[in-house]
Amino acid sequence: MKTLFELFQSLGLAERMLAYVLIAPFIGGVLAGIDRKLTARLQGRFGPPILQPFFDVFKLFQKERIVVNKFQNFNIILFFVFTVFSGALFFCGADILLMIFGLATAGTFFVLAGYSVSSPYSHLGAEREIIQMVSYEPMVILVAVGMYMVTGSFKVADIAMYQKPLILALPGVFAGFLYILTIKFRKSPFDLSISHHAHQEIVRGLTTEFSGPALALIEISHWYENVLLLGIVYLFFAFNPWLGIVLTIAAYLFEIFIDNNYSRFKWQLTFLSSWLFTAVAGVSNIIVLHLIK
Amino acid sequence: MAWFKRSPWVLHYNATSCNGCDIEVIACLTPLYDLERFGIINTGNPKHSDILLVTGSVNEKSKHVLKTLYEQMPNPRVVVAVGICACTGCVFQDCYNVLGGADKVVPVDVYVPGCAARPESIIDGVLKACGILEEKYAQQKNTQQQPIKA
Repeated sequence: MKTLFELFQSLGLAERMLAYVLIAPFIGGVLAGIDRKLTARLQGRFGPPILQPFFDVFKLFQKERIVVNKFQNFNIILFFVFTVFSGALFFCGADILLMIFGLATAGTFFVLAGYSVSSPYSHLGAEREIIQMVSYEPMVILVAVGMYMVTGSFKVADIAMYQKPLILALPGVFAGFLYILTIKFRKSPFDLSISHHAHQEIVRGLTTEFSGPALALIEISHWYENVLLLGIVYLFFAFNPWLGIVLTIAAYLFEIFIDNNYSRFKWQLTFLSSWLFTAVAGVSNIIVLHLIK
Repeated sequence: MAWFKRSPWVLHYNATSCNGCDIEVIACLTPLYDLERFGIINTGNPKHSDILLVTGSVNEKSKHVLKTLYEQMPNPRVVVAVGICACTGCVFQDCYNVLGGADKVVPVDVYVPGCAARPESIIDGVLKACGILEEKYAQQKNTQQQPIKA
């Protein structure tokens, strides 16, 4: 493990970015497969193979391209590019604020893609995606602010090198981040815009009009995004790499558990509860941190 | 590689069925039969799906919907008629408004008879449809490589 970390640190900026671009989809796809298998086991089913998400994506690339509006795939490609860009920034140790804004830009292009087609179901999904973005964005900013207040740097590389446990200074921020992580992973109480489960979806939400390769690209972007978000979870426990990896996996399993225990919330409850949780856990943590210093 | 066989996504449309076959289609997704172990997902969106499951004897009202759904599916696509009504129209075939079978409106590839069709036979039909999906994809690729001369 230690040699692995030393190897990663010995890499240059471009090599680290390349490593993320090449390795992240594999990790993200396997995580998605584990998610589906575990969900099936929790429901008493046998479940698909672990590599099922890869099969789905390969199949989608073989399907016919149907384009309703010529800008729809343009927006999806930009969504993909900005997600990969912000992930690459994170894993090469760049500024966490720039990474967060890159991710927000990716989300914006995803919403624009939903609006670019004429289907009312897609528009409804896009509107709900905006509500979700408004719900989680304050907490994501607070994560960056909290990490800066403790470590004195916005650089991911410096935060990861911080020797004291970040989680002890930022328990509230971490709890708040775990709460909005459910929205970012598109898990069940908050899967308003796109659900993986057809039975609780209005046709298919935002992705209604996307088929074949475009849908595959959306799926791959989600894998990149998931790896990036788990990377942020890891930062809270970066003082001990082993503990960090174990707890990051635990956070992911926790999200799967939550996914299986809740049905979908209304958008009002999603919005109110996430802002309330952000205020109570996140903001109060920041205030206490400010008073202690 | 045969990816269509590994992840066929299904769209289910009830073309004036009595709901018997629909219950059996849903039963395929339950823990006892669990269609998802083959990678099959019930999508509910024609643009995402590869296989169209039709139940019921199609009538004048539902034929337009069925045709639209079929046209919205991206190639390659396969239609499975589930239940004897969707295959032939069964006892309703002489009714004035009934067309008598899904194959009067869209090209059907697999017929799954039964009233109602058993979940086992529906799963069997869907897996047979996966094979046809592969064939259609291979065919499509061949015709793309060698354009047909008029």
